[in-house]
Amino acid sequence: MADQTVVKIATRESYGNALKELAEEFPDLVVLDADLAAATKTSIFRKAYPDRHIDCGIAESNMMGVAAGLSLTGKIPFVSSFAMFAAGRAFEQVRNSIGYPHLNVKIGATHAGITVGEDGATHQCNEDIALMRTIPGMVVMCPADDVEAKAAVRAALEYEGPVFIRFGRAAVPVINDKPGYKFEIGKGSIVREGSDVTIVATGICVDSALGAAEKLAAEGISAEVVSICTIKPLDEEIIIKSAKKTGKVVTVEEHSVIGGLGSAVCDCLSANHPTLVKKLGMQDVFGESGSAAALVQKYGLDAEGVYGSVKEFM
Amino acid sequence: MNNLELQKHANDVRKGIVTAVHSAKAGHPGGSLSSADLFTFLYFEEMNIDPKDPDKEDRDRFVLSKGHNAPGLYSALANRGFFPVEDLTTLRKLGSYLQGHPCIHIPGVDMSSGSLGQGISAAAGMALGAKMGGKDFRVYTLLGDGEIEEGQVWEAAMFAGFRKLDNLCVIVDNNNLQIDGPIDQVCSPYPIDKKFEAFNFHVINADAHDFDALRAAFKEARETKGCPTCIVMHSLKGKGVSFMENSIDWHGKAPNDEEYAVAMADLEKIGAELEKAGEA
Repeated sequence: MADQTVVKIATRESYGNALKELAEEFPDLVVLDADLAAATKTSIFRKAYPDRHIDCGIAESNMMGVAAGLSLTGKIPFVSSFAMFAAGRAFEQVRNSIGYPHLNVKIGATHAGITVGEDGATHQCNEDIALMRTIPGMVVMCPADDVEAKAAVRAALEYEGPVFIRFGRAAVPVINDKPGYKFEIGKGSIVREGSDVTIVATGICVDSALGAAEKLAAEGISAEVVSICTIKPLDEEIIIKSAKKTGKVVTVEEHSVIGGLGSAVCDCLSANHPTLVKKLGMQDVFGESGSAAALVQKYGLDAEGVYGSVKEFM
Repeated sequence: MNNLELQKHANDVRKGIVTAVHSAKAGHPGGSLSSADLFTFLYFEEMNIDPKDPDKEDRDRFVLSKGHNAPGLYSALANRGFFPVEDLTTLRKLGSYLQGHPCIHIPGVDMSSGSLGQGISAAAGMALGAKMGGKDFRVYTLLGDGEIEEGQVWEAAMFAGFRKLDNLCVIVDNNNLQIDGPIDQVCSPYPIDKKFEAFNFHVINADAHDFDALRAAFKEARETKGCPTCIVMHSLKGKGVSFMENSIDWHGKAPNDEEYAVAMADLEKIGAELEKAGEA
């Protein structure tokens, strides 16, 4: 029964809604898509502001360059596609035409990770965070829910420079609709305090981490959950502080364990406070077809899976 | 500007190219020299630009999509007064602002470029931005004939043609040579004009080394409404330096001291002839 009261919204939906809601406040905002407006949800913006929506057709490489050129005329382009094509196919265009000249282009990459589901491995991008992190000056964000996704879109528009935001296809519980919620690029938050182990999570895995912490608590294990939306620049302070407190860190992400949040956390801790870290995510494997829920369960990224991994680690 | 003055400027631009590449001991003289007359025409006659105010809002934009010809662009910018000509000898050296490929922080450079196929997309974006913002500046971009083998070029061409970006002028430097050989023997992009026509461009063929032809082509481009223009510019790689002309060897190689002396003597001779023509 309790489950019925949980509001679930896909962060791609939040993205489309935020673009529309912020359009008046940011008159220079224009939205680009590559024949996926219905899926990326920029169609919500397009319906309200057709003259400010540019469909570039199925040509992501060109779309990144067009966005670069638009930004040089004072527009603030939000470029949209699936993460696979935005960060994968167009990586070099993002690097050379947006990152190198440090242009004011925002990339809204939807359908990230395995929760793309049935489409399977070709469309499940588990590498985008790793790729985007390597571009100097690129801000990389991965919001956990509707509230954070909308806040991230606003923050990106207020920030001058290139930003990559990762959104998901599947509806996920809203967890940040709390009074006093504040969002800042580069700031993480403690969403549950604990003392025995730190679980650092990003995106939809924050909810799994919270669920795991609940189960661990029932067995007397006190888990602290750190929610990281901005993977770059990383909130090193919050991670070091929590690691010092608990002495053990588990990272959880819907992404390869190579180069993503887990790697960023390891980079930070190995230089500042060497700590044993267990990285949960895609363990150097491709995804496959299946429902989002079934995949998250199979790859151990649901609350049950995270709980089991943390317990084993203790 | 009369043709003789343009020819003199172009000859100075060529001297700057050869000097910069010689000093850097690396770089791309062949294509820089084949485009030298074009760079000169754009920066000394065609484009609305101001060396004293390189970022002025209503300026025309230029994107060097074939970014490896940076020596040509830099030499034109220097000779036009955007920065000191003497700085050309710092090309490609550690600490110099004159990077191996165009960088947006250089005075007069409108977009970083060099990874082939990308500049034309940025130019299309600028042209669209001008249209959306009700601004009437024009956007020019120069591509190599080898560069158009990149698929992104045709994504951009499709976009520009579909969007009817008549404020965009694409120039292809058709010197017929790329690194691995003549372009029609590597992976032929011919017919270039027909391809751009098929992508809904107005296409003009022009002699790259005839200022009357360039002037007529750019006038026609400016007067063409409802579609972008592509000028296929027929050129001679290495133009102006005897031993570099029509030679693949000089695509991306610097002259040694002896070769540099010969190259400069070639250009000095052309310069002297132009002076003589002026006095006549």
